[in-house]
Amino acid sequence: MKSRIPLILLACGSFNPITNMHMRLFELSRDHLHQTGGYQVIEGIISPVNDGYGKKGLVSARHRVAMAKLALETSDWIRVDPWESEQDTWIETVKVLRHHYNESLRLLQSKKEFMKNKRPIERATEDSLSYQHSVLPELKLLCGADFLQTFKTPNLWKEEHITEVVEKFGLVCVSRAGSDPAQHIKESELLSKFQHNIFLVKEWIQNEISATQIRYALRRGLSVKYLIPDSVIAYIAHHNIYTEESERKNEGDLLQPLKLHSTPVNPLND
Amino acid sequence: MEDPEKKTEVVLLACGSFNPITNMHLRLFELAKDYFHETGKYKVIKGIISPVGDAYKKKGLISADHRVAMAKLATENSDWVEVDDWESSQSEWLETLKVLRYHQQKLVSPDPTNSLQNAIPVTKAGRKRKQEPNRHEPIKKKNQSPDIKSAPQLKLLCGSDMLESFGIPNLWKLEDITEIVENHGLVCISRAGSNVQKFIYESDILWRHKNNIHLVEEWITNDISSTKIRRALRRGQSIRYLVPDAVQAYIEKHNLYSPESEDRNAGVVLAPLQKNARDSKN
Repeated sequence: MKSRIPLILLACGSFNPITNMHMRLFELSRDHLHQTGGYQVIEGIISPVNDGYGKKGLVSARHRVAMAKLALETSDWIRVDPWESEQDTWIETVKVLRHHYNESLRLLQSKKEFMKNKRPIERATEDSLSYQHSVLPELKLLCGADFLQTFKTPNLWKEEHITEVVEKFGLVCVSRAGSDPAQHIKESELLSKFQHNIFLVKEWIQNEISATQIRYALRRGLSVKYLIPDSVIAYIAHHNIYTEESERKNEGDLLQPLKLHSTPVNPLND
Repeated sequence: MEDPEKKTEVVLLACGSFNPITNMHLRLFELAKDYFHETGKYKVIKGIISPVGDAYKKKGLISADHRVAMAKLATENSDWVEVDDWESSQSEWLETLKVLRYHQQKLVSPDPTNSLQNAIPVTKAGRKRKQEPNRHEPIKKKNQSPDIKSAPQLKLLCGSDMLESFGIPNLWKLEDITEIVENHGLVCISRAGSNVQKFIYESDILWRHKNNIHLVEEWITNDISSTKIRRALRRGQSIRYLVPDAVQAYIEKHNLYSPESEDRNAGVVLAPLQKNARDSKN
C-alpha cells in the first residue's frame, strides 16, 4: 500500500465559545482528506487567539481554552493548544503555523532518537512503524467558508504571510452550500497559483452555529443545548462568562492586526 | 413579576420515525420551549418523543426497539424531554391524532390502565361555540371536574416538513388535521424564508385555526435530517456532533444502518396511505 502523508490540522480563531460547528469542521476535513487516499490525519489542534487580538466581546483566553478543553474531552484526535493564547501579545497566524510545524518536527526527532536507543531486535519489529514516523508530516490550516475572503480585507493580512500560508503549509477550507470558494480562488492570482495546496471540503449538513449567535442566545437566556457541549454550557453558567458587560469588551477598538499593519505607511504610496 | 401559576402548562409531543434521533430533533424541543416561555403565558413542563411503530412501513425504518433505545440515550441528559414507547408498542400503525388523544388523556388522569379505548376526543361539547381568535385558552369542558381545567395542554411539535405533509394526498385524514389544530394545537419550527406561512394561508383548515398554530423561527439553520445521517453512516463518514455521542456508540455497537437496512420496506406502501386509500374507497 502506498504510504499516506501524515497530516495535522490546525484551526485558529476566537472560539468564543467553541461550538459543535468547530468540531464538525475537523470531522468533515478528516473524512475528506482520508477519502483522497493520500493523507492520514494524525492530529487536530485548536488554537484560541490571544487576548491581545482586541476583538469585541472576546472573553479571557483562560476561559476560552478551558471551554475548548471540555468540549474536546471526548475526542481522541483533536486537542487544544494554549501556546498562541499564552504569548505576550497577539501574533500572526503564520507564526502559529510555524510554531506547530516545528513542534511536530521536534516530536518526530525525539521519536527517532527513542527508536535508535532501542535494542536492534525490538527495532526490527517496529520497522514499519519507524518508517511511518520518518515521513515528514504536513501541517494545514483548517478554516471555514468565509476565511478565504478575509485575505482580501485590507491590512488584515500581510501579503507575504498569505503566500507562506498557502505555499508552505496549505489550507483546508470547509465550504457551505451557497458559498463558492472555488470562485474566490480563481479570482486571486496567488490562491490560483497554489490551489494544489488548498483543499475544498463540501459540507453535507448546513451548519452555521456561529459563536456570535451563541452569545446572543446566552445573553437572552435562550437554550443553546445541542449546539455546544453540555460541559461547556455548565462552565459558562458556572463562571457567568457571557454577559452584556463581556460583550462590550474591546468595544470600539481596532483589531490588533489592523493596528499593526496599517501603522507603517508604505513610503512608495506617499 | 407575573404570577407563574397563572401560566398555561404545555406538554410538547413529537411524533416521527427518529431513525435515528439527531441533535436537530432535540433542538426542536429547546426552541419550542424558549418560544413558549418568551410569550410569558405558557410554561412548558414536559416534552415527549414518541417514535412511530414498525407497522408504519417506511423505507429504511429499523426496529422500534433500537429507535426507542437511541431516543432514550439521547434524552438521558435532558431534564424535561422523555421518550414514550406506547405508540411504537402497538401492533398496528396508529394515526397521530390517536397518539395525541392517548397522551392528553394520560395528562388528565395519569392512570396506567389507560388504553386506546379511553383515547377519546378531548372536546366535543363546546365544539360549536364561536371561534375566539387571538385567545389561547386551556381546553375547557363544561361537564368535567374543575381539576381537568388545569390539565396541561398537549401540543404537537413538528418541523416544517410535517406541516407540509398535510398536503400529501391520503397521508392525513382531513378530520384528523382539523381535530389536531382545533383541540390540541401545533408548534412548528420553521427556518427563515420557508414557505410555512404560505402553506397555512393556502389551507382553509389551517388558516381557520392559525391561532392554535405556533410558528417558531429557528435562529440557527439546522438540517441534520435522519436521512442524511443514515447516508453518512453507509458511506463511513463521521456523524460526530450531529447526534449525541451515546447514540453514535449505540449505532456502531449494533451496526444498525447498512445498505440492507436501508432496503427495508422498499416498495411497500406506507401504512397511512394504505389505510386512508382503503377508507376513502368505502
